[in-house]
Amino acid sequence: MAEKKWIPRWFYQLASPRWCYQITGKLLPWFMGTTLLLLLGGTVWALLFAPADYQQGNSFRIIYLHVPAAILAQSAYMLMAVAGAVGLIWKMKVADMVLKSAAPIGASMAVLALLTGAIWGKPTWGSWWVWDARLTSMLILFFLYLGVMALNSAIENESTAAQASAVLALVGLVNIPIIKYSVEWWNTLHQPATFTLTEKPAMPVEMWLPLLVMVIGFYCFFAVSLMQRLRNEIIWRERRTGWVRELLNKQ
Amino acid sequence: MSEQLLTVHKLFCERDDRVLFDQLSFTLEAGEIVQIEGQNGSGKTTLLRILSGLSRHYEGDILWRGEPVEEVREQFCRDLLYFGHQAGVKAVLTPEENLRWYAALSPAIDASTIPGALEQVGLKGYEDVPCHSLSAGQNRRVSLARLYLSHAPLWILDEPFTAIDKRGVAAKEQLLLQHAQRGGSVILTTHHELGIKGPVRKINLDQLAGTSTWR
Amino acid sequence: MEMKTNSGQQGIGCLFVATCRRECLLSFRRKSDLVNPLIFFLMVATLFPLGVSPDPGFLAQLAPGVVWVAALLATLLSMDALFRSDYEDGSLEQLLLSPQPLFIVVLAKVVTHWMMTGLALTLMAPLLGMMLFLPAEGVPGLMLSLLLGTPTLSLVGAIGAALTVGLKKGGVLISLLVLPLYIPVLIFGSSAVQAAVTGLPLGGYLALLGALLALALVLAPLAISAALRISISS
Repeated sequence: MAEKKWIPRWFYQLASPRWCYQITGKLLPWFMGTTLLLLLGGTVWALLFAPADYQQGNSFRIIYLHVPAAILAQSAYMLMAVAGAVGLIWKMKVADMVLKSAAPIGASMAVLALLTGAIWGKPTWGSWWVWDARLTSMLILFFLYLGVMALNSAIENESTAAQASAVLALVGLVNIPIIKYSVEWWNTLHQPATFTLTEKPAMPVEMWLPLLVMVIGFYCFFAVSLMQRLRNEIIWRERRTGWVRELLNKQ
Repeated sequence: MSEQLLTVHKLFCERDDRVLFDQLSFTLEAGEIVQIEGQNGSGKTTLLRILSGLSRHYEGDILWRGEPVEEVREQFCRDLLYFGHQAGVKAVLTPEENLRWYAALSPAIDASTIPGALEQVGLKGYEDVPCHSLSAGQNRRVSLARLYLSHAPLWILDEPFTAIDKRGVAAKEQLLLQHAQRGGSVILTTHHELGIKGPVRKINLDQLAGTSTWR
Repeated sequence: MEMKTNSGQQGIGCLFVATCRRECLLSFRRKSDLVNPLIFFLMVATLFPLGVSPDPGFLAQLAPGVVWVAALLATLLSMDALFRSDYEDGSLEQLLLSPQPLFIVVLAKVVTHWMMTGLALTLMAPLLGMMLFLPAEGVPGLMLSLLLGTPTLSLVGAIGAALTVGLKKGGVLISLLVLPLYIPVLIFGSSAVQAAVTGLPLGGYLALLGALLALALVLAPLAISAALRISISS
């Protein structure tokens, strides 16, 4: 087949749950260490050393949680949809499992972004919730996650569930830019933009460098939790194969 | 030597942690009638759904005239008549309207043969009666009229004789035999004793099912 | 085995027409399916004056949004039935095993469904506008925006219907899947009405709704077909 020429070998190895289980097992400690280091370092840096905002004082520091969570929520959806596409096209079991594992993590990231947004909103706007464009988009993204998760759990047959959720995730992926654009546009129509929280014209280096560290830390954390969920899923789905039973017998 | 229509190679299927069949291989030649046997729950319907292409939860290879069925899907659909558990008859439409839509779905069918087919299944005079006013057996007959319309070489029939009376069954058996003699082939499941005077090959799924659920 | 060959183009056109005809027949013989969404539409609009305030000035402000939300919910309510009866009586299996392109049949089904719901809702909208004191200037905008927006709702809703057709309790789930996807149409649609009321130009909003419709028209039938194949295979 012509396809095999341009698709690297590791792609096919990924298709094997066993190989995937082993490689994630090897990668996991490294990612865990990096995550711990980055998140701890980033938090200390952000809370103690980064300068306070001249307008918002110290309350702005929640940005170091809010922004990474929001970025992750979006990236996780992207990953989920891509995994769904791979699963649909190449009928790859592992991709199905990635989709299933990524959804709850992405949804919890969206919840974290919404919660931190609310906590941030209280001192800034004086109320817990404001129909700000970014927060509204995040809320809709959270709804999209809920849809994928609900569909996945409603269908009993595992592979049907994975394929159906993959189609839904892809439809959602096409819709996300449209939703984002429409909500932003709706927002400018209804309330003249007073000031947006995240889009500071120029954030000084001392402020965004710790933010960058936190974002990378969150990505690593996402990788760690995804790998752990994926490994659980692999063990569960492959529970009847020889290698999993061997693995379980050893313990 | 007759032509090999459908080749099934090392088919494996499990459902709800139970292996329905494993290493199932057989070849269907032109002019053959194959009856799938097995107890309730042995996977007869599942097998027919897999063979027809409705279900894709299987491992193994299915070839249509020597080519992987996924690659010649359109041609395969042209060559297939599938008669499922549900008759595919809309209750609010009349028998004729039902068959007309079926004819629109299968380009090979000539819609002008519909009245003739309805007559063959004993529904002459019922053309304009909505199917919900017909009996269960008559509804099955509406669907069975497709057998008289079709030019497809492969017939996959899941319990085609349910709710059909004795005379109707005999006529349909005759039809199956004719179809086979013309070079077509049939795969079917049925609880009736087949009275076909001709070679009917039987495949028993009970013997193929893994007793152990572990692979 | 003789095999008739007919020109593909003609076959596809015939199939489209035949499917539309069949769907119309089905709808007209089961009138309740036809009328229920319209009654629902009317009832939802009645709830707002009762639940909020009958003050004309206040209702007029609310009207564009209320009519659009009601239309959206009425469409959503009717979506579940789109493939369900075909699934239950086995017609869907025949449909999927047809050598004809599934895309065409699906499109025909959705188009007919839209004519029975979306188009009817659009025609009924002025009545609701009157009940809610929508200024007369807003009515053309309301109808135009519904005319362009409701087909998108039907197309996107059909994806949800196709994904949940194999499930017994599809009704609530389908709203969960589809409602977030409806948000852009709602935003542009109700904004168009508001613009019409205040006398601002409508063109931009209608163009956006048209763009969404074009996108949905191209992509949704593919997603619906894929979803149907997935749903039926379990």
